[in-house]
Formats: sequence, structure tokens, C-alpha cells
Amino acid sequence: MNTEDFDILKTGIDYLDNAATTMKPKSVIKAVTDYYKEYTSNIHRGDYNNSIRADKEYETTREKIREFINAQSKEEIIYTNGTTNGLNIVVFGFMQHYLKPGDEVIIDQAEHASNSLPWIVLSKKIGFKLVFAPLDKDYKLTVESIKNCITPNTKVISIAHITNTIGDTRDINNIGKLCKENNILFVVDAAQSIAHTKIDVQEDNINFLAFSGHKMYGPTGTGILYGKKFLLEKIQPIEYGGDMNTEFSSTGDYSLKELPTRLEAGTRNIAGVIGLGAAIDYINSIGLEKIHNYEISLHQYLLEQMKQIPNIKIYNPSTQGTIVLFNVDKYFSQDVAIYLNQLNICIRAGNHCAKMLHEVIQDNSTCRISLSFYNTKEDIDKVVEALRNQDKILDTLV
Amino acid sequence: MDANVKRNIILDNYQNPSNKGLPDSNDKSYTKVNSRNESCIDNIDVAAKINNEKLEDIKFDGEACAICTSCTSVMTKQFKGKTLEEAKEIVTNFENMINEQPYNPEILGEFNIYDEIYKQPSRKKCALLPIEAIKKIIQNDNNRS
Repeated sequence: MNTEDFDILKTGIDYLDNAATTMKPKSVIKAVTDYYKEYTSNIHRGDYNNSIRADKEYETTREKIREFINAQSKEEIIYTNGTTNGLNIVVFGFMQHYLKPGDEVIIDQAEHASNSLPWIVLSKKIGFKLVFAPLDKDYKLTVESIKNCITPNTKVISIAHITNTIGDTRDINNIGKLCKENNILFVVDAAQSIAHTKIDVQEDNINFLAFSGHKMYGPTGTGILYGKKFLLEKIQPIEYGGDMNTEFSSTGDYSLKELPTRLEAGTRNIAGVIGLGAAIDYINSIGLEKIHNYEISLHQYLLEQMKQIPNIKIYNPSTQGTIVLFNVDKYFSQDVAIYLNQLNICIRAGNHCAKMLHEVIQDNSTCRISLSFYNTKEDIDKVVEALRNQDKILDTLV
Repeated sequence: MDANVKRNIILDNYQNPSNKGLPDSNDKSYTKVNSRNESCIDNIDVAAKINNEKLEDIKFDGEACAICTSCTSVMTKQFKGKTLEEAKEIVTNFENMINEQPYNPEILGEFNIYDEIYKQPSRKKCALLPIEAIKKIIQNDNNRS
């Protein structure tokens, strides 16, 4: 649905790599180019109309994001350059000063590098224990699995809401309750969920939430870190510089601004943030629930079709969402992706930055189809037909 | 060379690669290197035994696409028994072929099946990966002597 809002989809591509990044609707591109063409200027320090306008648009996005995830205040919304940036601020700006040797942090083996490698690095530095909650037989993470890992030493649970491989939606509401009951900080990587399903940071008892703009139809190089105010106030910035300080002197004295600016050093991605505001407006204009329901039915259709193709191994056949992870027997994943590219079909092959998952699924590399609401049944029929003709996969070698 | 012939040779080397399987890790007569592209998922180990400036034996293992696997298989056959100087010349000419620079097809033997890989930019790095490995091995040998 709404395919007409995306000029790039008129170029004939069958874009099925939405977990990597999403296409940008006309309104987002317009918001970004309007800023560049009509009122390019810096924010927070201009006394002229263009700067005042840029400032207003930039801060309006913050309010739109606040409302989108139901944060309590705008001060809880920090602009970052993406999910990785947000999670690194949490791990190295907060957890580094909070965790002690002997503490335990729960993650799992399906996590993306951005929600596992920072923890691995910090755990080596501090000596806290990184606990991997076991995935079930379908490679999903259940509340029960997490519950069984909690000990009196558990200080943090940090998980993806939806993973970028198996694509299962974790029950963050009940995990959030568990965290609250056990006085555990709850960190959620929402990179794969923010554009597909509703998140309410208060209802779900989330302490920190990170996501990227480019996976929600917004510009690349934008992202959000949400944190409860009393926690964000304890973060020691990992970047110092312009805009975030109130004063400093050669004696070494300095003081920093209040939230959110104290965590936003230097000139931010102003055009990107304004584009992200337009992306939020765009999602709201369709409705997240409508998007979610359409994507679920489209995914069901894809899954049913793919299950009927011979010689295909699907790793997540019982998952409801937007992702199908698979391999074609006898063919290396990248050969499949290159073959599909010859037919203008864009999918992804590899380990998808989830480099611990192979320890569980026993395959190093897989093909991934990931859907968005602008995909159609025709897009799916095309990729299914191509995969039926799998004997042609190696025809394009030379 | 006819495209079908090329494809069949590639497929044969992919499905039944030569010299696949690494020597025992205790065998110190081999130099082993890992080669992987940052931008793709091909990941191969190549082990070579060098004696008197000659590549006496080459073996490989790993997980890679059809182009990378077949090219590594071809490489083990092409380089086995060659002197390091001969190997360097083949490396230079192979790289030139892939990068659309002037090269001498006569010394490339079976490597000539990749003479049109340049038309698929995403495949170029797959064909070059085994060559990167052998370059590292030759370099390591130079550093030792």
C-alpha cells in the first residue's frame, strides 16, 4: 500500500531489504531539501529568521518523537546518529559508571552487534558477567527464558524488541514488568520494531530505548536515544564540545547544560532531524496499527508461498513479523542474492551483523527477506517465482 | 572462451573443488593465512608450503560463494609447483585482468575463465580474495628470508 509515495519504487526494483534500511517517502525528501534550499542555517544561536525556523523545526521533531513513544518529557529524547550510537552512549556513558564486578547483564545470542559488542567490550573492562538467555527451539526469546536467568546480581536486561534475523517480537511489556519487580534496568534496541509496531516506553517500563531514523522512512545518520530523565542525568557524556556546555575556563572549571542538550555536542544532523520529523508525520498519517496489520498479512502470504518452494530451509517459519530468514539447498547465500539482483530483486545475504546467531542456528550465512508496508503481493510473487527457478541461480556466474 | 565452457569449469571447481581441506594444524611446514572481504561474507583459509622459493603445495578451506570458492580451487592448481617469481607474475596479470588493465592471458591458464568478471562489480572482490591470500603468504615468506 502507499507505493505511490515512494519515487524510488517506480524504478522497477523489488525492494525486500527493509530491515537494512527503508525507502524515503516524497514528504521526507521534501522536508530535507526544503531545509537545504530555503532555510539552511545553524540552530540554537541565530537571531535571524532562517535560524529561528530551523530551530523550531528541529525541536518540533523532538516533540513528535516524544509523543510517538509516549515519553514523559521532551528532555528524555536525545538525538543520536543511529541505534549503535544510542546504545554506545548507554553502555559507555552510563553503564561504565554504574556496573561493578560481580554484576550480571542479560542479553541473548540473536542480538545485533550494536547490542552485544559494546556489552562484551565493557564486560571485559569491568568484569561484570554477561549472561546469554537461551533461545527456544524456534530461536525465539521468551519471557520465561529471561526469568530463569535473573539472579540477585542481575542489574540490566538489554534486548532487541524485534531481532533483525529471526524477527521475533519479544514481549517487552512483560519483560519490562519483570525488570520493575526486580529493580533491573531495561534497555531496548528498537531498531527493527519502531516502524512496525507500537512502543510505549512508560507502559513497557523501558529505561533506555534506542532506534534509527533510516529504518523508519527517515534520513540516514539520525537516531534517538530515549532514557528516563533521572537516568539520562547520570550519563557522563562521551562527547564534549560546542552547544552542550554553559561555561568553561583555562582553570579547568566547566559546567554543562541541562538535558537534552548536554548529550548533543556539536552541530547535529539538522536536515536529518527535520526529515525524521516528516517521517513521523508520514507514519502517523497512515497509522502504525494499519501498517502493522498489513505487514503481518503480507508476511503470512510470503511465508505460505515460500514454504511451498522445494529445497528451501526457512529458519523462522513460526515467526510473525516482517522477516523470512532462509537458505536455498546447495547454494551459498550470496550467490542467491546476486542471482536475485539480476532480476532487480533486493535481498540481503550474510550474517546480518548478528554474529553469535550461527552458534545457535548452525549456519554462518543466510538470505533474508524483510518487508515493509509499501511491498505488494506482486513483489512477493516475483521473488517466489525467482526462487522456484533455483536451477538458474548459477547461470549468471559469467 | 565460450560462456558455457567457462560456467561449467567454474561450477566444477565450485562443486568439486581441488585441494580443499587444510593440512594438520601441527604441520609447521605450511604457512596459513585467512582472507575475508570486509564488504562480503566470503571467508577462506589458504595454507601453502614453500620450499626453495617454490610453492610446493597449496590447500584451502572456508565458506564462500561460487566465484570465490572456484577461483581458490583454480588458484591451488595454477600455483602448485610455481616459483615465487612466477607466482608473483601470475598474481599481477590476474589482478590486471580483473581490474580491466592490460594483461597477458597466456600465463593465466585456467584463470582465464574469470576474464569477464569485471562486468559484475560485486563479484570482483570474490575473485580477488584467494589472490589476496597468496600475496600475504608470499609476503610472509619474503619477510622471513
